[in-house]
Amino acid sequence: MKTLFPLFAVITLIVLVVAGVQYANMQFLFGVIIPYLAVATFVAGLIYRVMKWASSPVPFRIPTTCGQELSLPWIKQDKLESPSGTLGVIGRMALEVLLFRSLFRNIKLDMREGPRIAYGSDKWLWLSGLAFHWSFLIILIRHFRLFAIQLPYPIHVIESLDSFLQIGVPMLYITDVVILAAVTYLFIRRITNPLVRYISLPADYFPLFLILAVAGSGVLMRYFTKVDVVGVKQLTMGLISFRPVVPQGIGIIFYIHLFLISVLFAYFPFSKLVHMAGVFLSPTRNMANNNRMVRHVNPWDYPVHVHTYEEYENDFREKMKSVGIPVEKE
Amino acid sequence: MYDSGKIITGLLVFVAIVSFPFVYSRGTNIVKPEPKIDTPVIQQMAVKQCVQPRAFMRAEHMQLLNDWRDSVVRDGNRVYVGFGGKQYNMSLQNTCMHCHSNKKEFCDSCHNFMSVKPYCWDCHIAPKENKS
Ligand code: HEC
Ligand code: HEC
Ligand code: HEC
Repeated sequence: MKTLFPLFAVITLIVLVVAGVQYANMQFLFGVIIPYLAVATFVAGLIYRVMKWASSPVPFRIPTTCGQELSLPWIKQDKLESPSGTLGVIGRMALEVLLFRSLFRNIKLDMREGPRIAYGSDKWLWLSGLAFHWSFLIILIRHFRLFAIQLPYPIHVIESLDSFLQIGVPMLYITDVVILAAVTYLFIRRITNPLVRYISLPADYFPLFLILAVAGSGVLMRYFTKVDVVGVKQLTMGLISFRPVVPQGIGIIFYIHLFLISVLFAYFPFSKLVHMAGVFLSPTRNMANNNRMVRHVNPWDYPVHVHTYEEYENDFREKMKSVGIPVEKE
Repeated sequence: MYDSGKIITGLLVFVAIVSFPFVYSRGTNIVKPEPKIDTPVIQQMAVKQCVQPRAFMRAEHMQLLNDWRDSVVRDGNRVYVGFGGKQYNMSLQNTCMHCHSNKKEFCDSCHNFMSVKPYCWDCHIAPKENKS
């Protein structure tokens, strides 16, 4: 059920766009209005989420560290795992965001004969996660080709590196293969590992299926069921320059691709995917471990009316004396 | 809001990245490419017809070229039966570019618009054109 529901959700989306474009001729809706709305939702939603996080105080200094903190001069500090200053934090965040440092530590618990417990390193999650995210980024950057006539030089470089195997025409992009393989692995891992399956929710499967469908439709369109790419570019250039046009005769698969990615964009800020922004705001990562050097005042602290012992004694002095309780002030 | 300086900087970077494509392509004149087919060879044709129907050629010509290349280089088969049973010699330079001898106004007009640069011309010789 947890898997089937998101699967049917994605299938419904595809049916929706096919019905809308193929039978109801709503090219303008699916080709222009929905993409604009999706991008607007994405930007506004993400800003909203970040503002909301930023308005929650972090009462305590809670960096999670895994290295020696700054201490006596002759004890070597682990500057990246337990940073004490901004520079270290930036380095640590960069490792986390660009290389998923903490996933690299992922370990697997094994029950061996005995029974004996063994911990082994488990790098597959890290590897496929990294492969997936980097492929996604490169693919996203590559799509800039559809939104500019004069491509900036770095994007040409990325494109030619990505296709440098020069397999076939149109040339096979390495990231296209990698992303499909990585997402498939991540999905299979989710359903075959009982522990992970147990904690998986529809909100975990839905983005997986959606991304798989987005990448799948893109691959299908580029290598198999071709569409009129000149028409596609007219549409995308129209979108980017706010002079929307909807050329006739672009294949349906393009609208499926566009609609699914629009859904992904719109869904992004309100789902787990927002960890793209959230990773930068994780207090356990983005705080320096200077707990013993700097006094951190809880931003929640507000003047509390304190009833001191002195006041208490003033209130009850006579009663206390009458039952023989010693008082400080006679 | 806490740490507003950092938060706002971060959000500005985010907005800048998202709006970059819009800013970059603002005011671009979008001219739909009009590949010209007025070459001497095509003008002499009674029925102006490519090796396959136009819609197919627009979407699939790269695939077709790839199939031609594989067929010639791997199987040594140089005969292609095109639309309407007409036979063609599978060759980029001698067939495609024989008819479409105006590479700059034909192939490149689309490819510049699409910002693709087929690497075929690293080796294959593009037709000589008077206009540069
Ligand atoms: C016999 C001459 C001839 C040959 C050979 C030929 N073409 Fe064409 N091609 C034409 C003509 C004529 C048209 C215009 C067809 C039309 O408008 O229906 C055309 C149209 C096209 C189009 C579509 C242009 C548009 O405006 O949409 C493409 C792309 C194309 N050709 C590519 C190729 C490629 C690639 C080859 C080699 C595999 C090739 N042609 C071989 C004559 C030829
Ligand atoms: C109707 C416009 C049009 C015309 C005319 C045209 N092409 Fe293309 N060509 C395209 C598009 C669109 C692509 C695919 C771009 C993409 O995949 O994003 C392409 C891609 C290619 C590719 C694959 C390039 C790559 O790196 O993926 C080759 C090779 C190619 N064209 C050859 C030719 C040749 C040779 C001619 C002239 C005979 C020609 N084309 C004429 C539109 C055109
Ligand atoms: C590394 C150089 C090189 C590159 C790059 C290259 N080719 Fe070729 N191509 C050759 C050679 C060599 C042959 C063999 C010629 C022969 O046997 O007639 C050939 C043959 C072909 C043939 C069949 C024979 C003929 O006369 O055309 C086609 C079609 C072809 N190439 C298409 C392409 C296309 C399309 C591209 C770009 C996507 C491309 N080639 C890129 C070197 C190259």
